[in-house]
Amino acid sequence: MKCAMTRAASCRRITTIGARQDLTYNFASLCAHHAYHAVSRHCYALVMPSAAAPSHLDIVEPVNRLLRVAFAAFLFLATLLASPAFAQLTIEITGAGGNQIPIAVVPFAGEGALTPAISDVVEADLARSGRFRTLYTGPQNLTDASNINFLPWREKSADAIVVGGVYPIGGGRYEARFRLYDVPKQAQLGALAFTLNAQQARATAHRIADFIYERLTGERGIFATRIAYVVKTGPRYQLQVADADGANAQTALASNEPILSPAWSPDGNRLAYVSFENKKPVVYVHSLATGQRRAVANFRGSNSAPAWSPDGRTLAVVLSREGGSQLFLMNADGSNVRRLNSSHAIDTEPYFSRDGETIYFTSDRGGSPQIYSIPVAGGGPQRVTFQGSYNVTPRISPDGKSLVFVRRDDGRFQVAIMDLATKQIQVLTDTSRDESPSFAPNGRMILYATNTGGRGVLAAVSSDGRVKQRLSVQAGDVREPAWGPFLN
Amino acid sequence: MKRLLLVVAAATMLAACSSTPESDSGAAVEDRTPGAGSGAGSGTSTQPITTTTIPGDPLKDPSSPLAKRSVYFDFDRDDIKEEYRPVLEAHARYLAQNQGKKMLIQGNADDRGSREYNIGLGQRRADAVKRTLVLMGAAEVQIESVSLGEEKPRCTEQTEECWAQNRRADLLYSGEF
Repeated sequence: MKCAMTRAASCRRITTIGARQDLTYNFASLCAHHAYHAVSRHCYALVMPSAAAPSHLDIVEPVNRLLRVAFAAFLFLATLLASPAFAQLTIEITGAGGNQIPIAVVPFAGEGALTPAISDVVEADLARSGRFRTLYTGPQNLTDASNINFLPWREKSADAIVVGGVYPIGGGRYEARFRLYDVPKQAQLGALAFTLNAQQARATAHRIADFIYERLTGERGIFATRIAYVVKTGPRYQLQVADADGANAQTALASNEPILSPAWSPDGNRLAYVSFENKKPVVYVHSLATGQRRAVANFRGSNSAPAWSPDGRTLAVVLSREGGSQLFLMNADGSNVRRLNSSHAIDTEPYFSRDGETIYFTSDRGGSPQIYSIPVAGGGPQRVTFQGSYNVTPRISPDGKSLVFVRRDDGRFQVAIMDLATKQIQVLTDTSRDESPSFAPNGRMILYATNTGGRGVLAAVSSDGRVKQRLSVQAGDVREPAWGPFLN
Repeated sequence: MKRLLLVVAAATMLAACSSTPESDSGAAVEDRTPGAGSGAGSGTSTQPITTTTIPGDPLKDPSSPLAKRSVYFDFDRDDIKEEYRPVLEAHARYLAQNQGKKMLIQGNADDRGSREYNIGLGQRRADAVKRTLVLMGAAEVQIESVSLGEEKPRCTEQTEECWAQNRRADLLYSGEF
């Protein structure tokens, strides 16, 4: 039994039960039984905190981008410097979008052998995106090999249906196959098969969801991407990396001093960030696969706000070594430091445009913090924001057409989006202490930090402001989110 | 010529060697063994005793202006208020008199708004304190000004009193951070 299409109140919340490993295992095994599929939505976030490293994933057919995506992701996962994450993110959907595609994800035959059940994760991914309305299917005797009778699905107003199966192939390995059908056209839209081991069920499900999302919306899915963020628990800071749904959190760095401003390298292999471990801000580049880290900007004074150029070769940073907070460029290894601009103001929060030719940044050169842009090749800065007395943290959308930033209005700090062509601004959030917005690589969602009830939480909002989600951990403050790139 | 130099050098060395015992033998030797030198009643000697004080570390003397280590700022401001000048003068003097001493100034900001912009605000405050100390006589190389932004609040309430405590620069000497 799967959760109802209407998302009853009990199904809206994807909960992680128990931060402790033993509890997690208990519930995980419960979820493997069909009798407990009624609570399946509550099981999505159940992951083994120290998941055994998956070896690799083979794709039988067709060979496409998913193969590279999946393989790269698993290599990455397998080698990610892992320490058990006791604080896992839970996601709560607080607002839904319009024009949702009604889709029925039928439970995959034999999927009970794996935890979590693949169709549960697929369904949760699609629902969370706000682009889909997942329909209640009830138990069905359908697999990827079945001939589909489309009539009952038309009656349910389904636009699409997903059927599949999980088949043991020996040696602890499985084959997961699925087909996606267009119900009104009664035609297959695509089919994929993966071989996987028991630890790869969740990752496989994310890839299936990405495939479905792309076929039906025309844009790439972000379910298999990763997010980075900082959890503060008492005096302890942890830089964590998790799946885009908050599951599978792993700690890349733990410290007793603040960590902030994580920024993903364009290849998704490294994080640049600021650490206070030397009693002052120093910029590090951290290779997630090896855990190797190196201080790339550790000059006299403060070093902060790293940003990667789109080709991954250059970092923009803010240094105070020549007085004040000023913009500099350097090679990603810390060499060839050169000044980008000189001012008597605070210049900070650089962010590269998608073509790498322009840097957007925050500056109070005009008397209040506003967003400016400056050509990387040289030239004067231009002011971008004019409304209000506090506009900070510029982030350019993946298509380069919009600018997301934080603005203060009447004491409230909120994420807003500006159409760069028309200069029109829309406030996206209804929270009031927003910080650090970060675009999903498909530009559809924006992850940001905010504060509810005195606690730091992450939230996500769609770029049209319609879909809203909240991500929090039980035992700490979460802040400084950064959405990673597509893995390919 | 060479030989002459050697002779002169040897003579100088000899003279140097002999100088120490000579002056030693010339000094009076005092016997400070208790009870020695005087007869009965030595326990009640009224000989005056001079107290010598080894100067303590003024950085650790709570009554010294050097014990004051924080400078507070108004909202969105980095100008040094008049009330902190005597304290900064004392620190500048101490640094000028102790060229080997190094100082770290950590600027801070309240937690409203962008963390990175707040690092900028804290840096501006730390820079203002450093500039003042240098104008008052400290050497530039002795002082590093950095910012902790909003990351190290002294007070975590969302009130003006609290925010005011977090808009500050702290002065630390080497060994203290």
